[in-house]
Amino acid sequence: MLTLLIFVPLIAGIFSFLVKGNGAKGLALASSLATLALSAYVAFETGNGPLGFSMPWIPQLGTQFSLQADGMSAMLCLLTGIVMPVVIIANWNKEVERPWSFYGLMLLSQAGITGVFLAYDALLFYFFWELALIPVYFLCSRWGGERRIAVTFKFFVYTFLGSLMMLAGLIYLATLTPGADSYSWANITRAGASLSPENQSWLFWLIFIAFAIKMPIFPFHTWQPDTYEQSPTPVTIILSALMVKMGMFAVVRWLLPVVPSGVAFWTDTVIVLSVIGIVYASLLAIVQTDLKRLVAYSSIAHMGLMCAAAFAHSEVGMHGLMVQMFNHGINITGMWLIVSMVENRWGTRDMSKLGGMATSAPQMSIALLIIAFANIALPLTNGFIGEFMLFNGIFQGASAFSMTYMVVAGVGIILGAVYTLNMVQKTAFGNTVPMQVAKDMTLNESVAMALIVVLVIFLGVYPKPLLELTSGISGAILP
Amino acid sequence: MKAIIAATLIGVIMMFSSIMLQKKSSIHTLIVGLLFVLLGINIWEVYDAHNVMANGAQSFFNNMLSLDSFALWFNLLMTGCTLLYVLLLGKDIARVGSHVGEYFALIAFILVGIYLLSGYNNLLILFIGIEILSIPQYILAGSDKRNLKSSEAALKYFLMGSFSTGILLMGITLLYGATGTFDILGFRMLQTDALNPLALAGIMFLIIGLGFKVSAAPMHMWTPDVYDGSPTPFTAFMSTIVKVGVFVAFLRLFHASFGNLSNHWMLIIAIITALTLLIGNLTAVFQQSVKRMLAYSSIAQAGFMLFAVLSVNATAWQGIIIYAVAYSVASIGVFAVLLKMKDYTYDGFNGLARKEPMLAFFTAIFLFSLAGIPLTGGFMAKYFVLLAAVQQGQVMWLVIFALLMAAVSAFYYFRVIIAMYFKPGTPEFNSEITGYDKLMLGITCLLVILIGVVPQLFLNA
Repeated sequence: MLTLLIFVPLIAGIFSFLVKGNGAKGLALASSLATLALSAYVAFETGNGPLGFSMPWIPQLGTQFSLQADGMSAMLCLLTGIVMPVVIIANWNKEVERPWSFYGLMLLSQAGITGVFLAYDALLFYFFWELALIPVYFLCSRWGGERRIAVTFKFFVYTFLGSLMMLAGLIYLATLTPGADSYSWANITRAGASLSPENQSWLFWLIFIAFAIKMPIFPFHTWQPDTYEQSPTPVTIILSALMVKMGMFAVVRWLLPVVPSGVAFWTDTVIVLSVIGIVYASLLAIVQTDLKRLVAYSSIAHMGLMCAAAFAHSEVGMHGLMVQMFNHGINITGMWLIVSMVENRWGTRDMSKLGGMATSAPQMSIALLIIAFANIALPLTNGFIGEFMLFNGIFQGASAFSMTYMVVAGVGIILGAVYTLNMVQKTAFGNTVPMQVAKDMTLNESVAMALIVVLVIFLGVYPKPLLELTSGISGAILP
Repeated sequence: MKAIIAATLIGVIMMFSSIMLQKKSSIHTLIVGLLFVLLGINIWEVYDAHNVMANGAQSFFNNMLSLDSFALWFNLLMTGCTLLYVLLLGKDIARVGSHVGEYFALIAFILVGIYLLSGYNNLLILFIGIEILSIPQYILAGSDKRNLKSSEAALKYFLMGSFSTGILLMGITLLYGATGTFDILGFRMLQTDALNPLALAGIMFLIIGLGFKVSAAPMHMWTPDVYDGSPTPFTAFMSTIVKVGVFVAFLRLFHASFGNLSNHWMLIIAIITALTLLIGNLTAVFQQSVKRMLAYSSIAQAGFMLFAVLSVNATAWQGIIIYAVAYSVASIGVFAVLLKMKDYTYDGFNGLARKEPMLAFFTAIFLFSLAGIPLTGGFMAKYFVLLAAVQQGQVMWLVIFALLMAAVSAFYYFRVIIAMYFKPGTPEFNSEITGYDKLMLGITCLLVILIGVVPQLFLNA
């Protein structure tokens, strides 16, 4: 079952290179719908306990092909399953150059991302981590904006460097428990916990740096706005909705339980960095005029909040993190869809040149408004429940400065309202600018958008399914 | 031993083939056929050692040469790589000059040298092996006689090579003075805590001499000029199979005889490793020609292979085998593609993906492997040698430094990928790309991925 979840997009992706013409699009949609169904089934099944799969792979290295889906993995696989078809549907009418390789690479990256969420063996995890990166590198560099090559190269070298550091840490841990399964999660955590606090504290940075770059956490974020801006929007969605979750997920699975004393030692440092990131990114978002850059900075702010909660060492914060990972993925997908629709219709992303969307495209502006509300975590949207729990978690955190952190992070949220509402005002209202393609949402865009909006409101009103799916995690991670 | 005799005979046959056979293509067919036979003999020997002799090493010449199962396995893999090399680049070798038979004869002799180096038990055999391996290389480097750069490469290589051989010989002599033996196992009687200064000096000379041959910094100066000046098909051979052959000799000596003295030489090798990685990678970044970049990158890769020498444990032996195969196969693949291109600069690769998507894809996989991206052979290679170093302990700083350098290496390998995939242009080819070329490159590519996914197939069980 779990292997299918990875191999369906993998094989569809490889086949897609052989399909000439637009058939690749259909193949991609079919495969992504199939994975959605599979991931929904997996999410349903994990209610009765985690699913696992394991077979020997390279015994000499102590690594196995071992997958496991608990609530957190299943939730993130489901998110991947939802985001992929939405992206494909929303771009159905858009012509891309060489669609077979475009959709093929998209599917390959999906396989990699799903693999990261499911891997229960550290080396396998590392493999998928890289497998997800390579297709995205090609997607950005080939179909991106003007400065794409330099920007994506920076992104690639940054993340590659991070992953290599993580690899060094993992090798070190694996050598502590020799045997045919030294990379299994159980052995890695055991090896890590057995180390002295000094060793754990340097090992912490070796591993954390990879995740910090991916999330990204201030000051490792410099690749992110440029890459988001230069990538084609479908790829930006994959990057921001799914790949940054890889970093967050990895912290929860492969860092917090692995070097507990190291984490305890560095908690304050990381939370301070995260909180600085929230305020810094929010301030930068306020002065942006480019829609894509604005959303990119807003994403840094949101990830900062999640990271602070992850390190706060409180149960409700951890649970909120699970919920918010899902919700942020949904919201930001909606946000990018709107941005790309705006760009297609008005031919620009510059907010100073936009305006009056509410009169010329009312449906779009309603969708924008709902997503914007979710982005600033208004009650009855899905963002509220997640951020409420995150703040609660930071407040209850083990650190002596929890109160300060919460207040400063709260300022970030107020700033979040400033830039989000400012964006709504500048694009939806004000002087009407004539559209180049005079059309409100097309059918495929409406379908994709409707899915997102329904999820935003449904999970805002009734978050119980999501809360239940991820309820066991926090207990399993916090000792 | 059968393989050594057979390889020598092949060399002799190839020398005469130029007289007997008129057409270049029939010479090529002959060498391919003979190498297949040689591969068969190697397999037979490995099988024998495995089943009949119950893993015992066979000794020859009063135990001066001892072919254990590791040596036989390594010889088998290197013969396989040579066969792949001849299959992929055979036509290009034939294009270098008119004496085609001789080139193949020299390659066969080099193979004899590698066989000796993987199984020597005596420093005299080490010396003979190094010489058998080096002298044909001097000739190959200068084989493009009308090209000044090729002659320069040959002369430079010859002068520097003989100089380093002299140093090597000096080291051997000093060791003989200290112990009264040439036998590598005999050096184990050297006292760890009160090491004879003669022996210590000898070990240092040996490090320098062997470091020259594997182009470790700061003894790497000859490498870029020689690799750049030599005809490209021979650069492909010298920088891959020959180099890893010398590495096995390096490993054998330092693990078998000086393993227990490691506290005396460990730091020196560690510094050499760090320098090699630093110089190789940083200078490779600034190259404009892909061929020269590959020359520097071969220095950088040598830095990684030095980790195997550094770590005195069983993993290092597995590591050098995987590294040898993965690095040779991927490099030969890149060289095969490079040979098709008219323009050796990065710009020459512009737009390759549009014109020849298959070729570009294969090249991308080879470069991924060289950069050490997972699921390719290069990753497993780096993984094994670094694992050996982590197990050894003490050098964790060097491992982290090496990983930083691996990230730097992505920088120049990806420049080729960027040129191929994202830059517009129409590359020009030296010769038409045939279905045969694509098939062979496809097989090479498959090998690279196979090493990356199931490395245990290539380890001596």
